[in-house]
Amino acid sequence: MMSVRKAWSVPYCACIGMALIALALAVLPFALASVGTTWVRITNLAILFILLSLGLNIVVGFAGLLDLGYIAFYAVGAYVYALLASPQFDIHLPFWAIIPLGALVACLFGVLLGAPTLKLRGDYLAIVTLGFGEIIRIFLNNLSAPVNITNGPQGISRIDPFRIGGFDFGRGETFFGLNFSGPIKYYYLLLLVLVAVIIVNIRLQHSRIGRAWEALREDEVAARAVGIDTTRMKLLAFAMGASFGGIAGGIFSAMQGFISPESFVLVESIMVLAMVVLGGMGNVWGVIVGALLLSFVPELLRHTVEPFQRWLFGRAIVEPEVVRMLLFGLALVLMMLLRPAGLLPSAVRRRELARRSNLP
Amino acid sequence: MTAALLELQRLEVSYGGIRAVKGIDLTVADGEMVCLIGANGAGKTSALKAIAGLLPVARDSVRFAGEPIGGRPAFELVRRGLALVPEGRGVFSQLSVDENLAMGAYSRRDRAGVRADHERVLALFPRLKERHRQLAGTLSGGEQQMLAIGRALLSKPRLLLLDEPSMGLAPRVVARIFEVIGEIARQGVTVLVVEQNARLALETCNKGYVMESGLITLFGDARALLGNDAVRKAYLGE
Repeated sequence: MMSVRKAWSVPYCACIGMALIALALAVLPFALASVGTTWVRITNLAILFILLSLGLNIVVGFAGLLDLGYIAFYAVGAYVYALLASPQFDIHLPFWAIIPLGALVACLFGVLLGAPTLKLRGDYLAIVTLGFGEIIRIFLNNLSAPVNITNGPQGISRIDPFRIGGFDFGRGETFFGLNFSGPIKYYYLLLLVLVAVIIVNIRLQHSRIGRAWEALREDEVAARAVGIDTTRMKLLAFAMGASFGGIAGGIFSAMQGFISPESFVLVESIMVLAMVVLGGMGNVWGVIVGALLLSFVPELLRHTVEPFQRWLFGRAIVEPEVVRMLLFGLALVLMMLLRPAGLLPSAVRRRELARRSNLP
Repeated sequence: MTAALLELQRLEVSYGGIRAVKGIDLTVADGEMVCLIGANGAGKTSALKAIAGLLPVARDSVRFAGEPIGGRPAFELVRRGLALVPEGRGVFSQLSVDENLAMGAYSRRDRAGVRADHERVLALFPRLKERHRQLAGTLSGGEQQMLAIGRALLSKPRLLLLDEPSMGLAPRVVARIFEVIGEIARQGVTVLVVEQNARLALETCNKGYVMESGLITLFGDARALLGNDAVRKAYLGE
C-alpha cells in the first residue's frame, strides 16, 4: 500500500520534467531525419543497445554474475525471428508471435548457460560465458550443411519487417502531413519497448528478487543462510537477462532485414558489458547513459575524425576506424581511473568499490 | 523425556574422500541449550554446516522436529525454523544494519510479525539500535556478531545454530555475546552452539558434546563436563 502511495506523490515539477522529456523524445526522430535518415537509424541501434545493456545489467549489475557472452542471446533472438519470418524456410509468422517465442528460446539458452555454471564465480564464470558466446556464433556460422538452417556466413536476408494488418514498419507513410519513414516507425516502437523494459528493471531492483540478488552478490553463504534459494536466483538472473537480449535480437532482425553471424562477435559482448560498466553497474539510469555514450560517441567520431584531419594536415593520415578505437580505449581507461564505479553508480556499488580501494 | 528437536544419527560429512565427520550422534531437545566443543579441525563446523543444509549428507542422518532433513537445501530449512549464524559472521557489509535484519526475514511473509521481531532484536542489542542506519561493514567485530545473530533471529527460528560466535573477539565482548545467547535461549529458542572457548560454552549451556577428529568422544551435562578431568586437561588448560 505504502509504495503505491509513494509512487503517486511524485512532485509536480518532476511531472512537468517527464512531460518535457517525453515531448523531446517524440519530436527527436523528425529533427534527426532533417539531418539525415542515417541518424535515425543510429538512434534506433542505440536504443537496441540500451535494451541489451539493461538486460545484461540484470545479470552483471544486479546478480553480480560476470557474463562475457551476452550477445549470444541477442543472436538467438535475432535468428529465431529471421528463421520464422523470411524466405529462408518460407515461413512468415507475424512478429507478435515470434518475439515472445524468441524471448522464450533465449531464456532457455540462458538457463542452459546458467545451469552448468552455478558453482563458478568471477573470472571462471567469465571464461565459460565467453566460450558459450563463441559456441553460439560458430554454430550459426556452420549450420548451413548438411541441412541448411542458418545459411552460414552468408546470413539470412529479406527478413520480414514488423507488420500489423496493413501497417508496415518497413515502409514510409505520411500521416497528418508528416513523413513517417520506416526507421521513424521503428523508433517509436523501440521507445515503447524501452519504457517497458526500464519499468521492469526498476521494479525488479526493488523487489524481493532484487534484494535476493543483492545478498547473493555480497555473500553467497550468508545469502543461503538467510533462506535465499541461490540456485534459483542465479538461474532467474540468467533467464531474465537472456530474454531481454532475445527480444532486442528479434527487433534487430526485423529492423535490419538482414543478419549474419558477423553481427554477434565477441567484441559486441564486450561493448555491451562496457556500456554497463561505464554507466554504472546496477543503476538503471547509469546503464542507459553508458549505452547512449558508447553508441553515439563512436558515430560522432566516425563523422568528424576524417574532416578534422583533412583540415589539420590536408589529408587523412590515420584511418578513422583506428582513431575511433584509440579514443574509445583512452576514454575507458580514463573512466576507470576517475570514476571506477561508473558515471552514475548505484549507491551500493559505489560503497563496495570505495571500500575495496580503502583496504590496506 | 522431552521431544528431540534435532537428532543426528551417524552423521557423516566428507570432502571428496576425506571424512571430516565420521558418524556422530547428537540430540538437542526442545528448549535446550547445547554446545559442541573441540579443537580446531575436529569437524565441528562441518557438522553444523551439514545440519544447516550447506553440505551434502545422507537423508536420515539429520532429523529436525521428527522429520528427516539431511541434504535438504538451506533455504527450505530456514523456512522450517532452522537458522544458522555462519562462521566469521557473514553480514552483508554493504547493507545497513536495518537492511541486514530485513534480509534475515527474507522467507517470511507476515509483515507485522517481522516488524515486531525487528524491534525486539533492536531491543535485545541496544548497540545495533544506535547504529541501525550504519553500514554493517563499518561495525566492530562484536557488533557484527550481534547483527549476524539478530539477522538469524529474524527468520523466527525454532533452532538457532551458532558457529564460533567468539571468533576473533575480545574476551569482554565474547562474555557479552554469550550472555545474549543465554537470553535468547530463555526466550524459548533452542540453541546449538559450536565453540572453541570451551569454558564459556559449558558455563552457558545445559548440555555439552566434545568432538575430536570427527568423532564425539564425550557428552553429558555441561556442569559435569566442566568437572571432568579429561576435559579440564584438554580444553580448559588446567
